[in-house]
Amino acid sequence: MKLEGRLLNEQGGDGHRGPELPPCDVPVRPLRDLLPGATLRERLELPQVSEPEVVRHFIELSTLNHHIDRGFYPLGSCTMKHNPKINDEIAMLPGFAFAHPLAGDESNQGALRVIHELQKTLAEVTGFSAVTTQPAAGAQGEMTGLLMIRAWHRSRGEGDQRRVVIVPDSAHGTNPASVHLVGYETVTIASGKRGTVDPEALRGALGPTTAAVMLTVPNTLGLFESQILDVTALAHAAGAQVYMDGANLNALVGLVRPGDLGFDVMHINVHKTFSTPHGGGGPGAGPVAVASHLVPFLPVPVIEEQDGMLRTVIDRPQSVGRVHSFHGNFGILVRALAYILGRGPAGLREVSRTAILNANWLMRRLARSYELPHPRHCMHEFVLSGRSLRRYGVKTLDVAKRLLDFGVHAPTVYFPLIVEEALMIEPTETETLDRLEHFAEAMEQIAREAAEDPEKLHSAPHTTPTGRLDEGRAARELILRWRDPTPAEQPSPHESATR
Amino acid sequence: MSQIGLTPAEERRMLDDIGVSTFEELLQAVPENVRLQKPLAIDGPLSEIELRRRFGRWAAADDAAHMISFLGGGLYDHWIPAAVNALASRSEFVTAYTPYQPEVAQGSLTAIFEFQSMIAELTGMDVANASMYDGATATVEAALLAQSATRRGRVVVAGALHPHYRAVLRTYLEDRAITIVADRGGQCAPEDLQAALGDDVACVVYQHPNFFGLLESPRMIHSLAHQAGALAVAVCDPVALALLEPPGAGEETSAADIAVGEGQGLGNPPSFGGPLLGFFACRKALVRRMPGRLAAETVDVNGKRGFVLTLQTREQHIRREKATSNICTNQGLLALRATIHMALLGREGMREMAELCVQKTHHASHASASLPGYRLAYEGAFFREFVLECPVDASRVVAAGRERGILPGIDMGRFDPDWRRRLLVAVTEQRSAEDIAAWADVLRVAGGVA
Repeated sequence: MKLEGRLLNEQGGDGHRGPELPPCDVPVRPLRDLLPGATLRERLELPQVSEPEVVRHFIELSTLNHHIDRGFYPLGSCTMKHNPKINDEIAMLPGFAFAHPLAGDESNQGALRVIHELQKTLAEVTGFSAVTTQPAAGAQGEMTGLLMIRAWHRSRGEGDQRRVVIVPDSAHGTNPASVHLVGYETVTIASGKRGTVDPEALRGALGPTTAAVMLTVPNTLGLFESQILDVTALAHAAGAQVYMDGANLNALVGLVRPGDLGFDVMHINVHKTFSTPHGGGGPGAGPVAVASHLVPFLPVPVIEEQDGMLRTVIDRPQSVGRVHSFHGNFGILVRALAYILGRGPAGLREVSRTAILNANWLMRRLARSYELPHPRHCMHEFVLSGRSLRRYGVKTLDVAKRLLDFGVHAPTVYFPLIVEEALMIEPTETETLDRLEHFAEAMEQIAREAAEDPEKLHSAPHTTPTGRLDEGRAARELILRWRDPTPAEQPSPHESATR
Repeated sequence: MSQIGLTPAEERRMLDDIGVSTFEELLQAVPENVRLQKPLAIDGPLSEIELRRRFGRWAAADDAAHMISFLGGGLYDHWIPAAVNALASRSEFVTAYTPYQPEVAQGSLTAIFEFQSMIAELTGMDVANASMYDGATATVEAALLAQSATRRGRVVVAGALHPHYRAVLRTYLEDRAITIVADRGGQCAPEDLQAALGDDVACVVYQHPNFFGLLESPRMIHSLAHQAGALAVAVCDPVALALLEPPGAGEETSAADIAVGEGQGLGNPPSFGGPLLGFFACRKALVRRMPGRLAAETVDVNGKRGFVLTLQTREQHIRREKATSNICTNQGLLALRATIHMALLGREGMREMAELCVQKTHHASHASASLPGYRLAYEGAFFREFVLECPVDASRVVAAGRERGILPGIDMGRFDPDWRRRLLVAVTEQRSAEDIAAWADVLRVAGGVA
């Protein structure tokens, strides 16, 4: 009998069950009397499995994941670095975990203090006037920042005129998607030969319809925009606002403040720069920092201190409104503040400094065996091209899959779009030189294999829990939920509609 | 620094390998005049001992650290089985990222597939996604999908949708796109909804149980929406769905097209309102317009079952400005907790938990309505929450409760000054008969002050 790889629905069954609820200690009345007029459901096809088997199921699943606590995870743009354990412990304190935002400010002074402190701290780190911590993710931060820009243009009577956002071709996909969401149009400008924004191209694109310019600094090639002061000045001269995608803030902390570069607004991915765990794809948090002229437009509620008491304030007539059910991802914000206070000013600077050093060392080492399209010093990450391997019939995807056999995660691949066969590598500051060397050796071995034994790459990975998966078949068959392979005696209408 | 991987000697060697003499040479692209010359004006570094002390003091300042809660309003104090915390705090789940390389992410992907299966089953819909930020933004995404699917602009909000969800809808859609149909006795009346409909309506959004805890008439709302050519969007509660007919049940004409909601009550603490767990389920016909991540079953090169992210051509990193949404994450860890929670409870446990909520909520409402000066604000059937009209301002009841270690409910005056005597009370399976008696005592004391 095969026990591995079963889904919950394929084990247990009637009579099996997990931990019990207590008996009802108030007088029990028939549900029909308590819920008059309500239609109750007849079927609920959820699994019935005992606690020990549920535990084994999820432990089995856990063994199938690569994760930063197990090994190197150089996923460019994602900043997979060590997440200090103390931060998780603090976030689980009952006063935080069970705090309820509708209890009233008097009941939540501790939680409000954490948010308030984090907002002040992020304002200092970024060089801006104020911060909202409400956006639940970087992409929502982008939208929130753009809404504030839109509200600012409207407040000046230019709302109808300014509807275009200029985005370089190296930008994250969320940038144009967020632009679309607030009803603006994207104009894409090509990066210059050096991989950064060409001020002349920007000058040509700017005009009376430009609402904003969105830039990532350092950009997705890992390069700092050396002409950034000219770029922000040009945009302002055209009446536009300048938005910074702060996904790569981890290269700048304690070294440069975006507010000092001429930006008007930025978002911060605390799950990247401030090391909150990625959770298998969320939750993160995307606070937004703004210059003083945008402060009136911040989402509500804002937190203000009055006579030592923290208050949530919603009476803000120019606010763009709420963007989240409550105060954003508080549990993540707690971790971010604990991380920042744990490092302190010198420690945070050391984080960015070491991230840059590690990236540059690895870049120079790998430039011996892979093509490096932009050979200037990088910041916290860099992008290689796998295009020279094409002559062996090897693609970047094959390199990525083969890397998995070495116990490391693959880099981000095929992004940014402006580099062919891109491999985007971000080592982070928490890796030792041993780890970097191990990764470099693996990459070098793979480059040799591409020439000598390309089939080994095509058929990779070889040592992972599953072999290469058929993504085309998944999209064609579109099996998105478990279905009982044996026909039910009385198929319900909602089941028969599936697949 | 304990979190940094390098020693000074290693740094020297690395700078030599790179071919620079100082670190500053690596920053040559950064203009000199913007480089920070002084340390950031922030606190720290704090050791673990100091962090525990400082955050411990802040956490202890919150009432939640030591009080019994009758608070709801979209966030509930439901039981979290110990195994949820034990399993979901494993590094393998906590410190992984989005499963971009499925061969080393089958743990996360399988859990997402099981989450999708359970949410689809609970809501009675064909498909569910891997989760969204929260109930409010899931509601927004449903409205946006309806607008693009119907090519119509107006969104009709029927009855008592959570005021914060309404606010977030306004932020995303702008005021002119939204029509609010006022409730009648706390619920949505068909004649009021009918009057608001027209051929420019993309969808009807309603909550069931609604913000006041009251049950709506889902089939009526779905049918009226469909007759107007609009989609029906149900904002529902996963705990209530263990007992109530799901929005996807029945013929297509009387079923919802999209079911969304807040899944926090499934194994996740309120956490001061975040992170939360939005869920999103819909009819199969809408799947290509769906926002967010989707896991799908497939096979590997050896024919072994496995799971991958699919239909990524909907998403921003491929489609950019033409994407169905700008969302690029899900709430993976919270979805995992919900999946473990539902697995541990199973259909029997889920039903029992929901039924305990109903019994205890009605026991409490009965106890309070017999107190002088208190009465239920509405007559309709309710699930786990009810609105109590108090003889004094609700803020005084809350203050009296805090003195006795009880958070007796939400002062609804925070939403509307006309509601200042209203208390929104939620009673979960975690409250004992003794807790409810102590709560009723608070009401008695506070009411006597009048």
